[in-house]
Amino acid sequence: MRRLLDLLPALVLTAILMAVWEIACRLLHVPVYFLPPPSDVAHALIDNAPVLAGSALQTFWMAFKALIVAALIGGGLAIAVSLNRPAERAVAPLAITLQVTPVVAIAPLVLIWFGLDHADRAVTALAAAIAFFPIFSGVLTGLKSADPDLERLFDLHAASPLQRLWRLRLPSALPFALEGLRVAAGQSVVGAVVAEFVSGSGAVQGLAWRLLEAGNRLRTAELLAALVCLAILGLALNGATRLIEHRLLRDRV
Amino acid sequence: MADDTPVAGLSGVHLDYPGRAPLGPLGLTIGPREIVAVVGASGAGKSTALRLLAGLEKPAAGSVVRPSGPVGFVFQSSTLMPWADARTNVALPLELSGVPSSEARRRADDSLAAVGLGDRTTARPRQLSGGMAMRVSLARALSVAPDLLLLDEPFAALDSITRRGLIEDLHKLWAARPVAMVFVTHDVEEAAYLAGRVVVLSAADGRTVADIPMTGALPRSEGWRRNPAYREAVETVADALARSMEPTS
Repeated sequence: MRRLLDLLPALVLTAILMAVWEIACRLLHVPVYFLPPPSDVAHALIDNAPVLAGSALQTFWMAFKALIVAALIGGGLAIAVSLNRPAERAVAPLAITLQVTPVVAIAPLVLIWFGLDHADRAVTALAAAIAFFPIFSGVLTGLKSADPDLERLFDLHAASPLQRLWRLRLPSALPFALEGLRVAAGQSVVGAVVAEFVSGSGAVQGLAWRLLEAGNRLRTAELLAALVCLAILGLALNGATRLIEHRLLRDRV
Repeated sequence: MADDTPVAGLSGVHLDYPGRAPLGPLGLTIGPREIVAVVGASGAGKSTALRLLAGLEKPAAGSVVRPSGPVGFVFQSSTLMPWADARTNVALPLELSGVPSSEARRRADDSLAAVGLGDRTTARPRQLSGGMAMRVSLARALSVAPDLLLLDEPFAALDSITRRGLIEDLHKLWAARPVAMVFVTHDVEEAAYLAGRVVVLSAADGRTVADIPMTGALPRSEGWRRNPAYREAVETVADALARSMEPTS
């Protein structure tokens, strides 16, 4: 109940914005190809529900796979690197290079590598590349965030590197890793959409394809309906990661 | 245990940190069953002395005598693992030293009972008050049955009533099992009440400028705080501490 009350101001603001938008469109006779009123968008959502749901599922699935791949590679690499200082110095600049390279720029290359007939794999790979960095840097930062006095306690009792990793550094890293996962979840959707734009062949019919298709035909209401689906997808992923965070960290401070 | 061979000590120890004034020569001897309080200005090397005795830091020169058995360490804050309950926290040093888990947990429960927290073994650190968390930390240091217990300003963050309670408990634990202790503090009264001997370190380089035996048997009773001999000892330590902060030439 309290959570619903927390949401209330946001819901009221949304309702007000919608009302202003609806009234402005009608009063000012805005052409529907330019900006359709929210009621048209709602109609488009309902009329295209099966197609949109299928596309949303496909985008979600690609983003989700990308997130799993990024978590495994990013998390695993961060752990491996944390155990070896020279390895960290070797890997960190490359990871940052990957982060600062716009994913759109490597998209054509990834498409070539995975083959045009496997556009879905290329999209997943690109989304994973974008989601990699928040997880990698989150886990690595977290592994180094352990209380220095606790590290000393582990020194005092001659803990093995494995004991230190398992009993101190991984639990210390958990909040940082989950924070990274939450950022990465959002990024993986961005990555999936951008990659799908670039592949642009219709071989992958995710939400980005719905956006392109509607845009090309000036069906602006359908375009906005697809955007709404993307927003819901992003919110759902964000909510899911917050829920995981809450569950795993509730015993702590 | 009957002989008086020192449990631990530092002699002629020098330390060199980049960007800081060098420390030394540090000298300190801890006898068996002895409670030594170390006072001094911040930066005088009190914590460093403890870390040297624990083997957590290596001297640039000089020798460090360390006990053959385990060492317990209590840090400035309780430094408990927030994701683990009290029992798991206390069992940690035992498990790290290779004691089987079930045995370690049993001994952890005993150790928690000894500090009066036998009913809070499954409590998480966030559910404990500052004083209770510090007791868990003490139980953790004692769980390994140490030959030497090192305490680095452990009660500094607690209110004075809680602090007094913990010092009484520390004395009781010591009476039950007289482990050699080094207690670093910046509180002169705490030092004089707790310890059998107070060592004052120079603010300039950490060398021992005063080594003052405290009168009156350990453990103390509450009434000791009003005893003129105790007040006298407090003043003696306070004077030595004030002198330790004067620049040496």
